[in-house]
Amino acid sequence: MLKIADRTFRSRLFLGTGKFDSAETLKKAIEASGSEMITVALRRVDLNDPADDIMNVLDRTKYLFLPNTSGARDAKEAVRLARLARAAGSGDWLKLEVTPDPRTLLPDPIETLKATEELVKDGFIVLPYINADPVLALRLQDAGAAAVMPLGAPIGTNLGMITRFQVEIIIDQARVPVVVDAGLGAPSDAALAMEIGADAVLVNTAISIAGDPVKMAAAFAQAVEAGRAAYEAGLGKKSSEASASSPLTGLDFIKD
Amino acid sequence: MFEIPSFAQLTDQINSCTDEDIKRSLRAAHLSTHDLAVLLSPAADKHLEAMAKRSADITAMRFGRTTQIYAPLYVSSFCTNRCSYCGFSADNKIERRILSLDEAEAEAMILHHRGFNHILLVSGEAPAKLGVDYLEKLALRLRNRFASISIEVQPLSTEEYARLFTAGITSVAIYQETYDRNIYDRVHIAGKKCDYDFRLETPARAAAGSMREVGIGALLGLADWRAEGLALGLHLAWLRKNFWRTGLTVSFPRLRPAAGEFQPLCEVNERDLSHLIFALRIFDPDVGIILSTREEARYRNGMLGLGPTRYSAGSCTAPGGYSDPDTTGEQFSIGDQRSINEVCAAIKQKGFDPVRKDWDAAFQLQ
Repeated sequence: MLKIADRTFRSRLFLGTGKFDSAETLKKAIEASGSEMITVALRRVDLNDPADDIMNVLDRTKYLFLPNTSGARDAKEAVRLARLARAAGSGDWLKLEVTPDPRTLLPDPIETLKATEELVKDGFIVLPYINADPVLALRLQDAGAAAVMPLGAPIGTNLGMITRFQVEIIIDQARVPVVVDAGLGAPSDAALAMEIGADAVLVNTAISIAGDPVKMAAAFAQAVEAGRAAYEAGLGKKSSEASASSPLTGLDFIKD
Repeated sequence: MFEIPSFAQLTDQINSCTDEDIKRSLRAAHLSTHDLAVLLSPAADKHLEAMAKRSADITAMRFGRTTQIYAPLYVSSFCTNRCSYCGFSADNKIERRILSLDEAEAEAMILHHRGFNHILLVSGEAPAKLGVDYLEKLALRLRNRFASISIEVQPLSTEEYARLFTAGITSVAIYQETYDRNIYDRVHIAGKKCDYDFRLETPARAAAGSMREVGIGALLGLADWRAEGLALGLHLAWLRKNFWRTGLTVSFPRLRPAAGEFQPLCEVNERDLSHLIFALRIFDPDVGIILSTREEARYRNGMLGLGPTRYSAGSCTAPGGYSDPDTTGEQFSIGDQRSINEVCAAIKQKGFDPVRKDWDAAFQLQ
C-alpha cells in the first residue's frame, strides 16, 4: 500500500476538483475514482461557509482533504494562505503550488523550495508541485517534503508524460513517494506513469472535461491499477529486434 | 514604448487574407498576430462555425465547464471628461452622485448578501472628488468580505496602483475605447481622457504596480471592429511579453443606449461580436473574456462555453442603484435584467458551473 507521511492509501489515484460542471458531477466522479485523496484550491472554497458546495461534497471521514495554494505568486503568499487555511480547520496536509505565471501555471522552483522549508518547520505535511527537475526533487526531499509531485506536462494540457525521462530519474533517486501531477490526458498516460514506477498520479482536467466525467474517473482508476500491477510484475525490456517467446536454442548444452 | 499601427495599415493586413490562410491559421498550434489578422478577415466570415468549435474546445480545456460571476458597483457618476458616447459625459444633464464610504459599503453588502464574491468598483473620472484615497479606504473596508476587488476608474500612476494593491485591490480594467487614433481624438472632446498615449500605457502601469490581473478592451461601435480586434491583440501580446506575471482579460462592450444624442459610428452586430470573441480566444487560449450585461440574456446564454469565461449579473450602472432600484443617472441601460440567481440557474441549465468564488482575500493580506 502507498504510504505518505503517516497515512496509507489503497488507491494510487488522487483527484483534483476544478473545472467540473457541477458539485454533483464532482461527487460522482470522486466516488467512481475510488480515490482517497482529493485536492481543492483554497481560492475556490470558503472554509468558513457551512454551505460551501465543494466542501460539502468532500466527506472528510472518507477522503483526505488536500488543500492547495493555487494562485500564489511567491513563497510569502503560499505560506500565508496555508496558515490561514489551517487556522480555519483545513488540517496539516498541503499541496504546495507556487505559480507566478498565470498563463502556463508552471511552478516557481525557487519560491517552492523556500515555502517548503518554512511550512515543514511549521509542522505541515508538504507535497510540492514541481516541474520534473530531479535535483529540485532531491532538494525538496532534503527540506522535508512528504512527497514530490512532478508534472507530466503543464496543467490542463492533456499532453501526457512528455517529461518521462526526467520523471524516471526522480523515481530512481527519490526516497519519498513520487506523485505524477498535471498533464495526464488519458488513462493510458496514467498507466504509463505507474508502469515506470510512480507511486501515484493526480488527475483533474482529463476527468472533469471528459464527455462523461464519471465514466472517465472509473477508467483512470482501472488504468492506475493496471499500471501499478505491471510495475510490480516487472515489465519486459523493449527491443527493436524480434525474439521468440520460447527460446529455440537455450544454453543447456553447457555442463558446468 | 508600445505603439499601435494606423488603422489603415491594420485594415490592409486584414483584407489581404485568403481562404487558404484561414485554413492554415485555424490549424496552427500557436498563433501569431498575423494569424489573428487572418481570423478577423472578411474571408473568415464563412468559417465562423469552425472558429466557434475551436474556441469552445480551447475554453473547456483551459477554463473547464465553469463561468465566473461578478457584479459592478458604481460609486460615482461625476466626470470631468467630455466623451461623445458616454452617459457620464460632463455635458450630459443627468443626476450626479458620489457615494459616501458608508453608502458604498452598504451597496457592497447588498451584493455580498446576494451571493457575489467578486466586485468591480466603477466611477467616472473626477479625481478631485474620487481619488486614490477614497478607493484605498473603501478597499480596506471591503477586503475581508470579498474574494476579489477590481477597479474600473480613471488612469492612475504605477505608485498609486501599488498602493491600491496593498490595500486589497487585485485587478484593474482600463479600456482604450478605440485604438483608432483619429476616431479617439474625435470622440474624446475635452478632459484628461483626450491623451491617447497616457491611456494606452495605463495597463502597463497597472501591471508594473503589481496588479494580478489587467483587463483591456475596446468599445464596439466607434471604429471598424476587425482592425479594433487586431489592435487589441497586439496590445495583449505586448503585455504578455513584458508582464509575464500578470493575468490578462479582454472585453468588447458594445455601445448601449445612454444619455446624450450619440449614435454608433459603425454597426457591430452579434455575429461580429461573436467573431471577435472566437478569434481572440483562438489567438490567446489563456486570456479571460468578459461578457457583461450590456448583452441580452438570449445572446449571453448562447455564448456560454464558446469563449467567454466571466459574466456579470444583476448589474445596475447608477451609483446607489442596488439599495434604491428607482435611482436614475445610469451610465447606460443594460441588456440583461436577470438577477444573479436567474443567471446562475441558466448557466447550470446549459451544463456549466457558475463559480461565485475563485480567489481569496487571504492572498491580499500584506
